[in-house]
Amino acid sequence: MSNGETQRAVATVPEDWTPTNSPDPLVRAKHGLIGAQVSRLDGPLKVRGEARFAAEYVMDGMVYAALRYSTIARGRITTLDTSAAEAAAGVVLVMTYPNAPSMQPPPLFLTGPKAAGGANLPVMQDDSIHWNGEPVAIVLAETPEQADYAASLIEVAYESSPPRTFEEARAHPRTPDSLVGQAVEVLVGDAEAALIDAPHSVDLTYRTPRHNHNAIEPHAVTLAWDGEELIVHDASQGVKGHAWTFAQVFGIDEEQVHITSPYVGGGFGGKTLWSHHLIGAAASKLAGRPVRVTLSREGVYRLVGGRTNTEQRVAIGADDDGRFKSLIHTGISAMTPYNGLAEQFTFPARHMYATETLKTDQQVVDMDMLANSFMRAPGESVGTFALESAIDELAIELGMDPIELRLRNEPDKDPSTGLPYSSRHIVDAWRGGADRFGWEHRAEPGTRREGEWLIGTGCALGTYPYHRFPGGAARITLDKTGHATVAVPAADMGMGTSTTQAIVTAERLGLPLERVAIAYGDSSFPGNLLAGGSSQTASIAGAVISAQRALVEQLLALASDESTLAGLTADEVGGRDEGLCELADPSRWQSYAEILRQAGRDEVTVEAMASDPAEMQAYSMHSCGAIFCQVRVNATTGETRVDRVLGSYDCGRIINAKTAASQFRGGIIMGLGLALMEDTNFDERTGRIMNPSLAEYHVPVHLDVPAIELMWTDIPDPYAPAGARGIGEIGITGVGAAVANAVYNATGRRVRDLPITLDKLL
Amino acid sequence: MIINGREAPAPADARVSLLDFLREHLELYGSKKGCNQGACGACTVLVDGERVLSCLALAVQYEDREVTTIEGLSSGGGLHPLQQAFIDHDGFQCGYCTPGQICSAVGMVEELRRGVPSYVTDDLTATDVAFGHDELRERMSGNLCRCGAYNGIVDAITEVYAEQAS
Repeated sequence: MSNGETQRAVATVPEDWTPTNSPDPLVRAKHGLIGAQVSRLDGPLKVRGEARFAAEYVMDGMVYAALRYSTIARGRITTLDTSAAEAAAGVVLVMTYPNAPSMQPPPLFLTGPKAAGGANLPVMQDDSIHWNGEPVAIVLAETPEQADYAASLIEVAYESSPPRTFEEARAHPRTPDSLVGQAVEVLVGDAEAALIDAPHSVDLTYRTPRHNHNAIEPHAVTLAWDGEELIVHDASQGVKGHAWTFAQVFGIDEEQVHITSPYVGGGFGGKTLWSHHLIGAAASKLAGRPVRVTLSREGVYRLVGGRTNTEQRVAIGADDDGRFKSLIHTGISAMTPYNGLAEQFTFPARHMYATETLKTDQQVVDMDMLANSFMRAPGESVGTFALESAIDELAIELGMDPIELRLRNEPDKDPSTGLPYSSRHIVDAWRGGADRFGWEHRAEPGTRREGEWLIGTGCALGTYPYHRFPGGAARITLDKTGHATVAVPAADMGMGTSTTQAIVTAERLGLPLERVAIAYGDSSFPGNLLAGGSSQTASIAGAVISAQRALVEQLLALASDESTLAGLTADEVGGRDEGLCELADPSRWQSYAEILRQAGRDEVTVEAMASDPAEMQAYSMHSCGAIFCQVRVNATTGETRVDRVLGSYDCGRIINAKTAASQFRGGIIMGLGLALMEDTNFDERTGRIMNPSLAEYHVPVHLDVPAIELMWTDIPDPYAPAGARGIGEIGITGVGAAVANAVYNATGRRVRDLPITLDKLL
Repeated sequence: MIINGREAPAPADARVSLLDFLREHLELYGSKKGCNQGACGACTVLVDGERVLSCLALAVQYEDREVTTIEGLSSGGGLHPLQQAFIDHDGFQCGYCTPGQICSAVGMVEELRRGVPSYVTDDLTATDVAFGHDELRERMSGNLCRCGAYNGIVDAITEVYAEQAS
């Protein structure tokens, strides 16, 4: 289309539009660039190393920070001698709890629209210690080397109480207040009784360890106070939430906090607000100097929560045909009294299979540890490992193909809510994936061997819910040269958000891609957006729908009486070929540039809120995928290698085939890590993470990653803006089970305890 | 030392790593700090054409050596062919490990040309090591990408170097 081909007009959406009353016009037909392979727009900057990350801003008079962390999990500080550190060369400030300014505890994530605290503990306000690794001192110095050295000179002693361990605390678990705002327990009929009565059943326990995000960019912040104004160069998944939360902690207005975070070196749920932000800002205030805090890799493990461990029971009862009479998914996870994330691993069982009876329930055990947090697909990542392993085990019990078993339990409505699905084509994804993978060539467990390698294949369902958060807004500025800039306070941590939204906006406005710019990662932009819950694409697209409507209304008001568009309403026009046209008669067209020129305007700017996400109440909305893999397991050493992965997805419309593929592959690769190697070693006796480094916490490397084939149904969801349901997190889901099921197929050995390390196969 | 063709005096403080020297003294922030202990490869630079983890190197050790960082890989606003290939194959997402991946790949290809064997090389005495999928992946395994852009990275390197390296 940018080669001069005439575009079809894309209608504006009605004024009272919500996704539930009519589909977004962009959903109706596949348009121009939507679904094409578009290279990311920030690519040239990133391959040159010119994209500036949080620790790469230089402020006048800036000092460097170094932190000291507690070495006990529970107790209090008895001795804190900072004199040697204060006397060391280049030291500007040593801040500990006695001289730290008063700060309110950060409001906990999900307790308000912009609350962003990973924990709601007070930060450096008294001598108490709550986790092993809690920061006890910050040193500011002229150089990083001086700060690091001085921090090592601080003498700290503690009075220590034994931390609560998982094994002790599990005897008295508690029910969390909610699972990310939803009911903890879901009951349909009497699932326990139905399980007993079912002719075929499995009743199994699965365990998953702690995980850490390990974004390659360590958490960092460069900040300065200008009077009561706080200027922050951040690495943030949600600049609005960070600004508001900073403001609550320091008792200022959120407008007094100015956060920019245009580039984020990976997030995966971890780049939220943690104590280094607050300690850094407090120290900067005390010292009267700009401060840069860059956490060491170990520091990230000490200060930034990861995924908690889980112990899950999945029980399924089925009749002779494999139809579920009972589906039970319950379990416990470790948590703290000062955070709110139980890791909602029972969610997939609520929404994915038809069953006569259903029971899901979760409990938590409180431990003395760093608050656990959101990590890519919190809940679904580890929940699908248990559920989809159990279905594989049931298939073996039934002597049935595991795909056939899943298809026999395909629901026609959401089994827990009774809501219709907005769009569900997972059966197509299963069939297409099985064909392409060559599933029919699968051998019986433990029967295929090539040299010292046992070969097996496995599959599993992946799933992640659709989210669109309320409060999204967008500002569009259209100038007389026909360039549009969309400003949204979103984050692009590499998901391709800016490129994807440029495509959507270009199509909606009828502009070539190169005439659209997306400005993001700035807390001064309107509305509230968050790179979380795989929500950003739909949330921004929803906001742009409203903003475009406002823009068109303003342009029509500006159009002169002589304009060919005179007298038309916003409902009657659409964007096409760098201008507006009448939908019924596209020859009635006027360019944006001409409308502005005739009105004597250099530009117009509009701002609008997105409609409420009513679709989430009216429909059960989930991205789904069928994951296939082939592994080989060394018969002598027990080493597992993954040789092939295929992901067949049903996620609504795919907007940018190139960056979407990277999102899927990236998730799958993190799933391979979850399956085979990732494990945060937590010392139960001391509450300390024992492998806080990339040398000892293993993530997949080049040699671990095979070719990963992808396919998608590309059927737009009529109830999602732009038809897109979200793809950022689903990639990691299902992979753990697909690998475990393939390992079983290769060896006849079932591993129910991640990661599948070689010791478990010897 | 010579950094991207320009002379730079070594730092007075002997504790300064080559990486911190590049970043904090010269404001060449293209080389990234991911772990500061040689485990992630984000800080990879080329010293006299060989790849070096700059976080494990002290700047003062590199007097009279020629250091090339991502900023020095291309000149005059153009892109190195490998930089373009990374864009074409989407060999990155967040972009943080990318400068290290690119510098590492450039150094890696030289190692292949010199016939340096690796863990997956069948014949450790051979002086001629073939460019191959496994050789490439093994040799790049010191460069972590948590976004998981590995497939695109491998495709990008293969496109640019498969013919000339073999």
